[in-house]
Formats: sequence, structure tokens, C-alpha cells
Amino acid sequence: MEFLSYLISGISLGSIYAIIALGYTMVYGIAKMLNFAHGDIIMIGGYISLIAMTSLGVGGVTATLLAMVVCTVLGILIEGLAYKPLRGAPSLAVLITAIGVSYFLQNAALQIWGANPRVYPSVAPDTLKLFDGQLSIPYVSLLTVAACIVIMVALTLFTGKTKMGKAMRACSEDKGAAQLMGIDVNRTISMTFAIGSALAAIAGVLLCSYNSTLMPTTGSMPGIKAFTAAVFGGIGSIPGAFLGGLLLGIIEAMAKAYISMQLANSIVFAVLIIVLLVRPAGLLGKYVPEKV
Amino acid sequence: MMKKFFGILLTLAMVLSLAACGGNDKPADSSTPPADSSQPSADAPSGSASGTFKLGGVGPLTGDAAIYGNAAMNGAKIAVEEINALGGIQFEFQAEDDVADGETSVNAYNTLMDWGMQVLVGPVTTGAAIAVSAEVYNDRVFALTPSASSTDVISGKDNMFQVCFTDPNQGVGSADYISQNMPGAKVGIIYRNDDAYSQGIRDTFVSEAGKVGLEIVSEGTFTKDTQSDFSVQLTDAKSKGADLIFLPTYYQPNAVILNQAKGMGYAPTFFGVDGMDGILAMPGFDTSLAEGVMLLTPFSADAADERTQSFVSKYNELHGETPNQFAADGYDAVYIIYEALQAAGCTGDMSAEEICEAIVAVMPTISVDGLTGQGMTWASTGEVSKAPMAVVIKDGVYVTP
Repeated sequence: MEFLSYLISGISLGSIYAIIALGYTMVYGIAKMLNFAHGDIIMIGGYISLIAMTSLGVGGVTATLLAMVVCTVLGILIEGLAYKPLRGAPSLAVLITAIGVSYFLQNAALQIWGANPRVYPSVAPDTLKLFDGQLSIPYVSLLTVAACIVIMVALTLFTGKTKMGKAMRACSEDKGAAQLMGIDVNRTISMTFAIGSALAAIAGVLLCSYNSTLMPTTGSMPGIKAFTAAVFGGIGSIPGAFLGGLLLGIIEAMAKAYISMQLANSIVFAVLIIVLLVRPAGLLGKYVPEKV
Repeated sequence: MMKKFFGILLTLAMVLSLAACGGNDKPADSSTPPADSSQPSADAPSGSASGTFKLGGVGPLTGDAAIYGNAAMNGAKIAVEEINALGGIQFEFQAEDDVADGETSVNAYNTLMDWGMQVLVGPVTTGAAIAVSAEVYNDRVFALTPSASSTDVISGKDNMFQVCFTDPNQGVGSADYISQNMPGAKVGIIYRNDDAYSQGIRDTFVSEAGKVGLEIVSEGTFTKDTQSDFSVQLTDAKSKGADLIFLPTYYQPNAVILNQAKGMGYAPTFFGVDGMDGILAMPGFDTSLAEGVMLLTPFSADAADERTQSFVSKYNELHGETPNQFAADGYDAVYIIYEALQAAGCTGDMSAEEICEAIVAVMPTISVDGLTGQGMTWASTGEVSKAPMAVVIKDGVYVTP
């Protein structure tokens, strides 16, 4: 029974990592840049939904939609102001800019909302009790797993079947060639950021519901873990991000429960190193040799 | 051109140095008249303490630990007003923000020294207090921290004293209390192992538990980076049958732990130490989650004595909330300094160094009745001796069990 509850907490943690990792992977796969500010957009999404729920008194779904709208606009703004001017710059410059944006968002949140942790009212507060209450599963965990699967399927369909999705894949393969074929590369990348940020808002609501607290640094550690998950599963690959996130969550929970609580994080990263040694492109990633 | 520039520079330097002299003279000037005119107050034991003293306060007024710093400084201000209203010794009080950070705290301390501080109340948090304690030791300024509880704050510094219990005392006190009042309890511990405060209390708790025969069935740890998910730690404690969870941690992770335990349908008795204090004042916290939570604290706002009641109502009036233990610690700190100044017969025109040596000599001899303990006494190491008290949270307030 304990094993089951460890597994469930691992899966729900992993699903949150997976949703965040999907956002990372989308942006990396298409714009070929690591958006380190992704974790902080999650935090902003958390605050927006918190304000919507506590000050405006709207329900969880409306609050999530509102957070998605705000985060989408924020994502497009960040992309337009900070990343677009650096389109031709070396990737290191873009990476440093992303770290800068991350700190900017954290400090802006610190100024606006203060450092005191806020209690976050869960969007699905109750608990499902099974086997005479021996096993209890918070509804938010179920919701997270469901949301994660729906998002993954929707993204796979979107990139595979729609015209915009095709444009994205084209940009991912060769920006120059895509432009020659009449694809508006800038618009496509902006669109990618919009989708990634909307996903971040959903992840924010679920993460905060799971943790029940929110502060300006809430997004940074899950952001790093999710980035790890994306690399683990093969960065750029949508099913890879899902698998990587889920596995990372389960390994973390199991390592904590059965090996050592102190070493749990080290074990997670040790597994990552082993996977990357065996499969340098990640579990489901395609190894593409760099053309010189 | 160059000559002119140097001329201006030289003039500026002269003006500034004059201004600096003026600045140095000022504190002495302003404090002399009250020293001359004030009558020795009737209740002063030595009868010679008089004048106006500059008290500085250092604590986190913003940031993560702002609840602690603001409470301590607000409590101190109430005590200053009460003492000033008595006549006799007068206090000027100025508080500086240190965001609970060591380096910022030293800067805040230096700002206060420039202001002419004679005695320091603070810093409020342990990390900051350790950083500042080295400075006050070098500068020979007397410092009394309301709530920095590590032994590292006072060890090796003869002029740094504490109002609160040391961490080892909290661990020992908690283990003793649990073994006496809840015999046969199966104890689970969840603590933060990258934090000196949490680790220190856990270590002394575990060793004392061994001595008094308290059974510890589960231990869970977390770090700064993992303080948002406790499902594994709680499941472990639950599966091993722990009916009491000891939480030597701050209230932010505690709030998450309480919430997640409720989500799991797990309801042991939670037992916290002074870091638990503040949980009820957390914005948006559902106080029903803390129902039945016990904590070891030297102060309970519902105590019936007249002094506590008057403090609580004054605090409520000024700040619109019930004071916590840190507010009482800050309040007591000012009164302890007041008593010590009188016992040592200090006057307002004495330098910070002279006051420091005088107070350090009398601290082990005085006994102070405060909100956080009756008959508090001090060892010359700076450690306080007073009786701990356990309270339980009922309907969102502390009551004595």
C-alpha cells in the first residue's frame, strides 16, 4: 500500500514536471533556444490565478483561463522585446538573456507581491479515498495526470496535422529554408512562445494547487527539474518530454522513499547522467549530427 | 582648470570635515541636557541611571522572515513608549531592515552606529545575528537578540545575550515535554537538513529522546529546494504508525506539511518549536488546518496576567493583530536593557563601549520578569534561563493545554 502511495505521489509530481517540460521542449524544438524564464512564467501564472480566485472570486477554471491569457501575452511580449532582437546573435547571448528575463520576472514578482509565501487555494481540494481510506489520492493529482495526457495528445496533433504545426516543424528543421518557402519565421516563433506560455499558466495552477503555497521563487526549482526531464526524454520531442517528466517524478519519489531522502536529488541526476552516456540524445530524442 | 578643480575639491573636503566634526559633537550635546535636568527615578535600584539612550534595532522588516522582524521591532517600540512614559531613563529607538541576511545585517548595524547607537536590540534571525555578533564583539557594543536562538550567536562573545531559548534547549525541552505529557507517543520527525536551526534542534531532540525513552519511528528530511512536496515523508511516518510529528522547522514549510497531511487523511499531533510561531498570521492560511497543533513557546497571548493582557491589547490596537512570541521577545529585550542599565547605573552620556562593559558585568546578577518568562536570569555566556511552556492551537488562537 505504501508502494502505491509513493508511486502515486511520484506520478503526480512527474506529471507536473511533464507539463512544464512540454513547454521547454516546444520552445527548444522550434526556436532552438532554452527559455530559462519558463519556470518564472509558471510563477506569474500562479499569482494571476491566485488573485483571480481570491480577489475576483471566480472559479478555478475561469482563473486558469485568465492566467493563460495573461501568460500568453507576457510570453509574446518577452519574446518580442528580449529574444527577437537577438535572432541572429550567437545562442550563448540568447541563453544569457533568458537567464536575465528569469531574474527580472522573479524580482518584479518580489516587488509586486512581496516575499511572504501565499497560501494557494487548491482548484480541486478534495481527496479520493480507496481501500477503506488506506490509500488516498488528492483529486489535484488525478487532474494533473489527465491534463498532462490531454496536453500531450493535443500538442502532438497540433504539430502533426495543422498548417501552423507544419510551419513550426519546418522552422525547427531549417529556418532559412522555411523562410524561402514562404513561412513567416518570426510569427511562427512568436506563436510557439504563446503556446509555451499558455502551458506554463496551466502548469502554474496545477503546481500551486499541489504545493498549496506560492512565492516568487516557486517556479525556479520545478523549472530546472522540468528542463532535466526534457533533456532526459530527448529535448525537442513531445512524447519524450512527457515520458521524461513522468520517469523523473517516479524516480525521485522512489529514491526518497526507499534509498535516501538526502540523496534523492543526487540519484535523479545520476540517472540522468547514465541515460545521457548511453543515449546522448535522450530517451526518445533523435540524434542529429551538427552540419558544419 | 586643474588648479580650480583641486581648489573646489579642497574646499569640499574642508567643509565635509567640519560637518563631520559637527556630527560627532551632536549626540553628546543633545544627550547632556536631559542628563542634567532629569531626576533620578524613584524606582531605580542604584539611583544613578539617567539620561537618554539610543537603542538600535536590527531585523528583517521585509522579505521571507518579515513576520519575525516586524513583530520583534513593534514589540520593542511598545516597551520603549512605556518606559519613556515612566520618566527616568529615556530611550530613542531606531529600527533598520536586514532582510534576514548576514551581510545586509552588518550594513544595518553600521548605519545604526553612524546614528550613534549605544545598545543594540537584535538581530532577530540567527544567520544575521551570527554575522553581526562578530562586529559587536570587536566594537564592544552590548547586544541583546530577541530571538536568534543558535548557540553560535553567543559563543565566544561576552557581550552578546539572548532573550529566547537556545536551539539545544528547545530540542531538550520538546523531548522532555512529550515524554512527560504524551507517554508512549510514537514520534516522527520532519526537519530541514540544510538549515542549522532545524538540524540543531533535531539533533538535541533525538539525543534527549534516547535518554528519556521516547520512541522515534520515522525521520524525514528536506532542503530549501524540496520544501514544497512532503508526500513521501508523510507517507513514511504514516506507514510506520507515528502519532506525533515533531517539526523543528519554520512555519512556511509547516503550512505545506499540514495541508498535505490533511490531503492524505493523516491526522497525527503536530508539535512545533518557536519557528511554528507565525503560522496563524500567514496570509490566506486556513487556521482550521492548525487545529490541535502544539508548539513550545515561551509566550501565549491568552495568558491571563495583567501585563500580557495590556501588551496584547496595545499591540492589537496599533497593528491590528495578536502579537506572537517574537513581539513579546522584542518587548522583553527593551525591558531587560532597561533593568540592566539601572542596575549598572549607566548614564546617557556614556559611550557605547562604557555602557557595554558596565552591562556585561551586571547581566549575570539581574533577574527580570517579562512576558516570556518570570525571573529570567542569564549565564555570563549570554544564555537565558527560563521555563518553557507548551501551547495548543484551538480555533485559531494559542491556549495552554
